[in-house]
Amino acid sequence: MKRKVVSVLLSTAMAATMLAGCGGSAPAPAAASSEAASEAASQAAETVASAEEAASEIASEAGADAASGETISVGFAQVGHESDWRTAATKSVQDAFSAENGFDLQFVDCDNDSAAQLEAVRNFIQQDVDYIVIDPIVSTGWDTVLQECEDAGIPVIVIDRTIDDSDKYTAWVGSQFKNEGIAAGAWLKDYAAAKGIEELNILVISGTTGASAQLGRSEGFDQYVDSEGWNKLDEQTGDFTQEGGQEVMESYCKSYNGKFNVVVCQNDNEAFGAQQAMDAAGVSYGVDGDVILISFDACTAGLQQVLEGKINADFQCNPLSGPDCAKIVQSLQAGEEVQKETFMAEPWYVAESDLKSITYTNASGEEVTEDLIPVTQEIVDAAY
Amino acid sequence: MKEKWEKIRKSPLFLPIVSMVLVLLINLFKDAGFFAIGINNGIISGRLIDVLNRGSEIAILAVGMTLVVAVSAGTDISVGSVMALSACGCCSLLAGYGVTSVTVLKYPMIVGMLFGVLLGAICGGFNGFLVAKLKIQPMVATLILFTAARAIGLLVNANMIVYVRYKPYSYLGNFIPGCPLPTPIFAAIAVIVIVALFLKNTAMGTFIQAVGINSRAARIAGINSTVICWSCYLVCGICAGIAGIVASSRIYSADSANIGLNYEMDAILSVALGGNSLGGGKFNLAGSIIGAYTIQAITTTLLAMGVSTDQAPVVKAIIVVLIVVIQSPIFKEWFAAHKAKKVSAGKEVAA
Repeated sequence: MKRKVVSVLLSTAMAATMLAGCGGSAPAPAAASSEAASEAASQAAETVASAEEAASEIASEAGADAASGETISVGFAQVGHESDWRTAATKSVQDAFSAENGFDLQFVDCDNDSAAQLEAVRNFIQQDVDYIVIDPIVSTGWDTVLQECEDAGIPVIVIDRTIDDSDKYTAWVGSQFKNEGIAAGAWLKDYAAAKGIEELNILVISGTTGASAQLGRSEGFDQYVDSEGWNKLDEQTGDFTQEGGQEVMESYCKSYNGKFNVVVCQNDNEAFGAQQAMDAAGVSYGVDGDVILISFDACTAGLQQVLEGKINADFQCNPLSGPDCAKIVQSLQAGEEVQKETFMAEPWYVAESDLKSITYTNASGEEVTEDLIPVTQEIVDAAY
Repeated sequence: MKEKWEKIRKSPLFLPIVSMVLVLLINLFKDAGFFAIGINNGIISGRLIDVLNRGSEIAILAVGMTLVVAVSAGTDISVGSVMALSACGCCSLLAGYGVTSVTVLKYPMIVGMLFGVLLGAICGGFNGFLVAKLKIQPMVATLILFTAARAIGLLVNANMIVYVRYKPYSYLGNFIPGCPLPTPIFAAIAVIVIVALFLKNTAMGTFIQAVGINSRAARIAGINSTVICWSCYLVCGICAGIAGIVASSRIYSADSANIGLNYEMDAILSVALGGNSLGGGKFNLAGSIIGAYTIQAITTTLLAMGVSTDQAPVVKAIIVVLIVVIQSPIFKEWFAAHKAKKVSAGKEVAA
């Protein structure tokens, strides 16, 4: 009796977590959410599924060419909803593949569970969607399932994060984090020259150690630290959180009291935490402050701070991969070749309009000149 | 003199305090500036203050966790998630559902905060019901909210980080204008004092020990084991709720993905560092609290020494291993035997 109660409670809890985790997504397959499903039922489901598969294969072969002009079905397996950035990315893809644009989008929120993501992709294959979009939770372990996609003839578009152990996907759309770091360095160099600041003593609050955003941003920025001979006093992690940024900055304010004039935070949340710590320690920052504050991500709240002059420059990591994705699908639909890698355009936001643009050598070795965008209220309102 | 020393050495607080001193000693050798305390910008600032400030949440959690460990010989692993839920509930109520940032509150601030604590109490009550009434193993019972509470928090927050940009909201987690000490220190002291006074002035402490040592015997002796056990989980939930509000006030927002992340581990560790047996029974609240601040002292030390971030967890692990080994029964026995040998050898020489 007791055991029964336990198992009922546990399975209810599991089902509840799943439902909570899949908020707003397509309903999870019933068999997965309840352990009580008998084996007979699952076998029956398998038979039905394979019959359906056979039927849909024939149908898709027959109607492949006729399909143009009709709705294109797309399956999207998203990482989860852990940040504003992720939510903005999800919305961008949903908007780009909307019904008005002639798409039928199936969205699955995998809630940071890589097994659930593989399951979702296999589900898309079974349903024989026309295209699959994946934002991979982990970068490895994809070869088998991508082979299955290839066998089923479904092109796969990878967005944001990368897949490292397989090249069986059609295209990748995302950010070049290293460029963001390089751009920050280039801006700081020009800004310091314009303001006549000769000595730069830099403190870095980095993101979660080993995250691709942390690695790229650190690597890019360090290029300038090395080439310009800047003095990087310290680099410690704030785990991309406001509390982390606050704690690290609190410590910096004591260790390097009055010895630093630049603080680089690798995302906006860390910058907010650093601001609180500097407020408490009586250090002035931002435009007209003693400390130049640089941040990355440029979410709405971050841009608001740039507008108020409390962050000097904010380097956006563009979450809006939807339009680029839709463009790739349209090219594929028209039978054109597509680029394997697409780097999204990323805007650089600044608080002062003195500097108009920066020129730097990007990660691919090309010299580029990009505009600096002074933040206005309209930009803040339109941000994610 | 010698007797006095023996008495001190045998006190249950001896080893936890030694561990704490050990951690602080590292700083004395490395950089004595760690102990400097000064007034800067109208507030008292110093790394020791940072330890007290940043350790507040863990200390508050450790209070509840000590009771839970003592009464049920198990741990409540849901406290971190419950912190997130309480913070989300509070901010969402103050801001309104689906609003990401507000400067004007919908309800008085105290209503939101009490609501957050109430959510914590409900979670604690639920855990207590599963453990005390249905006799489910504590780890399994609290696993439910460990996974679910954070997710519910996200739902309550409509999948967003909710900012409460109403200045007084951040007072609890930072500074009250004019007060030179960070407010979380007072919050932690308040919780500790209330619980300690309650345990001291009622028979509750004895009841908890009795139930923890043998709940059946306690019941036969006339103690309502179920209610005692349930109320410990309730207190643990309330503590998690308060810790969640403090953590939320620090960042004037509710970030369900990060608030209280892995705090359950720190809370359990502080109970262990405090010299408490995770097997239940006798407990020592002061030990757990010293344990909590020891953990924070390690973190602050690593930050102060600028240990690079990829190595910090390793250093932390080494320190924790050392402390736990020093406090292990085998090591204590060996230490006692070694000492006895020395004493008898001394006697022989004297003879």
